[in-house]
Amino acid sequence: MLAGATVFLQTTNFIDASYIVAFGLMIYGMMGLTGPRTAVRGNQTAAVGMAVAVIATLLRKGEFHGSATVWLILVGIVIGTAIGVPAARNVKMTAMPQMVALFNGVGGGAVALIAWVEYRHAFSRGGFGDWSLRVMIFELFGAIVGSISFWGSGIAFGKLQEILPGRPIKLPGRAQPVLNLALLVIAVGSAVVLCAGTHSQVLFIVGILLVAAVLGNMLVLPIGGADMPVVISLLNAFTGLSAAATGVALSNPVMIVAGMIVGASGTILTDQMAKAMNRSVPAIVAGGFGGAVAAPAAGAGSTEGQTVRSTSAADVAIQLTYARQVVVAPGYGMAVAQAQHAVRELERALEEKGVEVKYAIHPVAGRMPGHMNVLLAEADVPYELLREMDDINPEFSRTDVTLVIGANDVTNPAAKNEPGSPIYGMPILEVDRSAAVIVLKRSMASGFAGIDNPLFYDPKTSLLFGDAKASVSEITAEVQAL
Amino acid sequence: MDSLVIDIAVLVLAGFVGFAVISKVPNTLHTPLMSGTNAIHGIVVLGGLLLMSEAHGILEQILLVIAVAFGTINVVGGFLVTDRMLGMFKSKPEPVKAQPDDAEDPEAGA
Repeated sequence: MLAGATVFLQTTNFIDASYIVAFGLMIYGMMGLTGPRTAVRGNQTAAVGMAVAVIATLLRKGEFHGSATVWLILVGIVIGTAIGVPAARNVKMTAMPQMVALFNGVGGGAVALIAWVEYRHAFSRGGFGDWSLRVMIFELFGAIVGSISFWGSGIAFGKLQEILPGRPIKLPGRAQPVLNLALLVIAVGSAVVLCAGTHSQVLFIVGILLVAAVLGNMLVLPIGGADMPVVISLLNAFTGLSAAATGVALSNPVMIVAGMIVGASGTILTDQMAKAMNRSVPAIVAGGFGGAVAAPAAGAGSTEGQTVRSTSAADVAIQLTYARQVVVAPGYGMAVAQAQHAVRELERALEEKGVEVKYAIHPVAGRMPGHMNVLLAEADVPYELLREMDDINPEFSRTDVTLVIGANDVTNPAAKNEPGSPIYGMPILEVDRSAAVIVLKRSMASGFAGIDNPLFYDPKTSLLFGDAKASVSEITAEVQAL
Repeated sequence: MDSLVIDIAVLVLAGFVGFAVISKVPNTLHTPLMSGTNAIHGIVVLGGLLLMSEAHGILEQILLVIAVAFGTINVVGGFLVTDRMLGMFKSKPEPVKAQPDDAEDPEAGA
């Protein structure tokens, strides 16, 4: 009886059925992410789906063929858990972009390693049947894309963690895109040679893994900090697609479906982020915008010679307290200063005085999609107060004071008014339409795009210089004292 | 049908399903979406599990142990951090809205 049950659990049919249950649960779980109320349950559902897939795989007949297998699998899982659990528990919300970059990278790395082992198997058998061309094409795709993702994510992590400088590092002139294209051609060319029947492990390691590794580095090094949301999304898509390719090579439906969901998600996010910056993905990958100082054209839009009006925390407190509606527009500067909790305190103090407070969230504010939302959620700001750009823009004309905290380019009216501006056409938060604007800034340095911001010189704008967190706390104290 | 054709059909359909589902995720949840998809692409751990019993020699074993470890980091870390993050997304607390009423009439039920 028990033996019969064990045999049944090991049948291909049972395992395939489990895989279908697994990807069903994952898709259903992702559907939960369409709203904050259902999201926690959705994530847990997807996790159950993943557990089903892993257990079904371990039940497979012949899974533990060979005495060392069980131990090797155990070692891998223990190491992964020992690294993954503390990382997930302890990471600060301000460090989430780095964390996501790292997770993208290890996924891509796993795909590349699996492809390597698969290649060695094909190599040792030496034969070319039906299966091997399938394995070849999809594993080689996985190897190239996975390797790009692993090394590219490493560079993105280094930039976000500030181990590497955030500014673009690139070859002069048009050399960078030409080199990248050449590397891609070499990698694809090597793949074609291997598929055509040349067995050479050296060619696989050098022509595929190594060239793709260099390409991964070369793709991300020229990209500046402000373009990071696009790059992280793109690497996310790469890892997903490479996982799906491995799924086809191994003819494993749950890997195909899960990989494609991630591929679709990454692609959608990449597209949305690029649209929110009014830039094309190829232009961003070619690099050289975020952080490169584009010489501002001196002309009608020039702010040279204009003066800014600076203000004090006490004055800001009075302005805010007597407002009916205040909108807070946060940017990467809020994340750097870790000011989210202080901002929440200010919001509470103002609400106690009867002021309505809302948050205006630009899609590319911060270093990854949704970065500001997570930080403010961490500070207990109810998500109803977090308004998306299209939702909040019509409200600015009804807003008494807009408080810009560490945001610059996403509020720059030049994007609307000055056709000569490098960011012209980028959708922005139209903070200049509110009755008064207060900008919290560390100094008069320009934003990451290196573009002057006419908002600062607007007569209704006043600037409060200093560390965002300290400034906000000071304003809060003044508000409470009123 | 050839199994490769079936696999590619699954690939294409899954792509469309992915687009349909993910398009509906609001901007607010984009960071949890990214860390959640980090966990989902941890599915590559299955590749390591499937190949381990066929591993020949120490090099392949090391490569696959690393692959399994990487996949496990994705799965365990991804789901945990997403859960932690989503737990922070709170709605407006109900009692705040009800407070003025409570103050005037403590007997009034919810």
